[in-house]
Amino acid sequence: MNFDYSEEQQLLADSIRRFVAKDYDFEARKKIVASKDGASEAVWKTFAEMGLLGIPFAPEHGGFGGGATDLMSAMEAIGEGLVVEPFLATVGLAAQLVARGGSEAQKKALLPAVSEGRLKMAFAHTETGARYDLAHVAATAKKAGSVWVLDGEKRVVLGAPLADKLVVSARTAGKAAEANGISLFLVDRAAAGVNLRPYTTIDEARAADVTLKGVEVGADALVGREGAVLALIEEVVDFATALVCAEAVGAMKQANDATLEYLKTRKQFGVPIGTFQALQHRMVDMVIASEQARSMAYLACARVDGEKDARERARLVSAAKVKVADACRHVSQESIQLHGGMGMTEELKVSHTFRRLTMIAQQFGDAEHHLARFAALDRS
Amino acid sequence: MDLNYSPEELAFRDEVRGWLNANLPDGLRRKVAEYRELTREDLLAWHRILARKGWVAPAWPKEWGGTGWNVVERYLFEEECGYAGTPPLIPFGLSMCAPVLLKFGTEAQKKRFLPRIYNGDDFWCQGYSEPGSGSDLASLKTKAVRQGDHYVVNGQKIWTTLAHYADWIFCLVRTDSGAAKRQEGISFLLFDMKTPGITVRPLVLMDGGHEVNEVFFDDVKVPVENLVFEEGKGWTVAKYLLGHERMNTGRIGASKRELAKLKEFAAEQTQNGRPLVEDVRFRDKLSRVEIEIAALEITNLRFLDRMRRTGQPPGADVSMLKIKGTEIQQALSELMMQAVGPLAQPFKPANGGDGFDFFTAALAPRYCNMRKTTIYAGSNEIQRNIISKMTLGL
Repeated sequence: MNFDYSEEQQLLADSIRRFVAKDYDFEARKKIVASKDGASEAVWKTFAEMGLLGIPFAPEHGGFGGGATDLMSAMEAIGEGLVVEPFLATVGLAAQLVARGGSEAQKKALLPAVSEGRLKMAFAHTETGARYDLAHVAATAKKAGSVWVLDGEKRVVLGAPLADKLVVSARTAGKAAEANGISLFLVDRAAAGVNLRPYTTIDEARAADVTLKGVEVGADALVGREGAVLALIEEVVDFATALVCAEAVGAMKQANDATLEYLKTRKQFGVPIGTFQALQHRMVDMVIASEQARSMAYLACARVDGEKDARERARLVSAAKVKVADACRHVSQESIQLHGGMGMTEELKVSHTFRRLTMIAQQFGDAEHHLARFAALDRS
Repeated sequence: MDLNYSPEELAFRDEVRGWLNANLPDGLRRKVAEYRELTREDLLAWHRILARKGWVAPAWPKEWGGTGWNVVERYLFEEECGYAGTPPLIPFGLSMCAPVLLKFGTEAQKKRFLPRIYNGDDFWCQGYSEPGSGSDLASLKTKAVRQGDHYVVNGQKIWTTLAHYADWIFCLVRTDSGAAKRQEGISFLLFDMKTPGITVRPLVLMDGGHEVNEVFFDDVKVPVENLVFEEGKGWTVAKYLLGHERMNTGRIGASKRELAKLKEFAAEQTQNGRPLVEDVRFRDKLSRVEIEIAALEITNLRFLDRMRRTGQPPGADVSMLKIKGTEIQQALSELMMQAVGPLAQPFKPANGGDGFDFFTAALAPRYCNMRKTTIYAGSNEIQRNIISKMTLGL
């Protein structure tokens, strides 16, 4: 048992934290969010130079052979700085599908490029009506001679407007919501028949709804086994869920730090409002909630890296997400309330943190979804 | 980062678990599992079994019988005891009076009291709270006046846990009522409970149980050699002890045992013809408690890891373990009671008890009793004050 970060993890965390504090402060972030792409190519290059983009890939594919635990402190820094770059979309989701399920040729072609910051990716999976059911895939892929032809509609594809390549889930057999028959395909975002309706999300990232109409890809575009990738998708989504748990811990730290500072400086009735016990106890409960969430983020990251039993891994990731989702709501709502009217304005960072925490609470499944999953996977 | 125990720690845990399984008498195990009242003899029997094994006071220095275990091993031992369902080790002698004597006592006091505490020869209780001073301990009024080689004590203590079993009591008393600050002029005294002038009156709680008492002092003569540390410096001693009291209050092991029991129990109850445990609304509550326990366990381990690394006692933020741990205990007792629905109502048989379901009848009283956990040992509001002041600087 040891809760220390290793020297490498600590160095990486420190360099990202320094970078965020210096070059990704609230003002810099505002400019990036307001820019045409809503993300910064320069920041992405810096991430690549720091080695951040290659952490969870094998050394032979240009990576460092790390896992979620190695990314945890970086995700905290991303959370604290409300970084909107498509890190989770590329490194946490789409490239993970390739790294864990792709062919050697696909890994060689894509992962070094991701690590070096030359290639961004996005995972096109969620569909209308699917909610959090990962098996709900109605998009289709049909074989036509030597090619696959993809048709369907994907919703809220995070990072899609910035991505060079999409990993698209589509049915090669079966009906929507069936576990078997789902396949994954690499699709150029610019390919004929791929249409994007891009937008900014409430938490100020970029995403798009994606329509695929008669999109043709070669046989080598298939990622993983035909019709049998639900387990792979679940594994990768659990990995990404563990990462957003760590990101939430960082964002909650920002909300708590800002709120505590406000309690100490804002005066009413001639005294700092932090002298009022009614507010002190609420602040303490926010801190306890975030500490409990931090414990569960550690657990989730450790288990997606080390738990061989997929069922037990899924159960613990769900346990973590329940706690983190509850804490996200608790901390974000209280941080606004304790800031009073100022917390409602765009001018304070805490209102932006509120938006990210609110979305994390629902990303990859809300507390109720994961509570049900946790209970369903109980063996006792 | 590694959340797993080391092979050595696992081997230690298995050794403790194996020994507990072999040495915890069935009768005691059953009494604890069925929430029955433990007698003085029950408590002392378990104390003496551990004393013979050499495990009754792990945290003490080795020369006085400590085991030399590190903080993680001590934690594992306590959690295994909780998980096995042993009777509790009553803390007043072992982990309250003894640490005070070790830190502040004279050699003569240590030699006189520590071996008897270790062996379970003396049963101790704690005289802190008074009718007018609960959470505000420094307002205490019990008075001790020096007369020759004695103090003469007059006043009253309340919430004195197991005073009716006790041979000795350690008390905070006021030896100087003229002190400038109320924290000054307090002293720490040890009384023999057989001293003339001490009266113990039971305070029966709403579950019908007798745990706590009022203790009255009427011209009680306490020899001066029973003063611990300096006269008027009792607050220093009390503060040292309060730090000790907040340690290891998560009670994860016991809560895990109760959770397993609750799952089993809820599977036997039926609702609309199905096992209650399959009812979504009940199941959600159950799952939430299970997740709370998992989170608290990791948080507890993080504190231990920090202590082991820094060699420092836990900071004020350890109060969160008490807050969350007690909330979990209350939630478990409430779910146990809710699991039996209308059958929670029977309390005491009116004639003999033939066919009376004593276990089910213990669940509502247990729920009633557990309300104490967020009040005692520094109410959860006091714990929040501590974090607010000491950790957050508010």
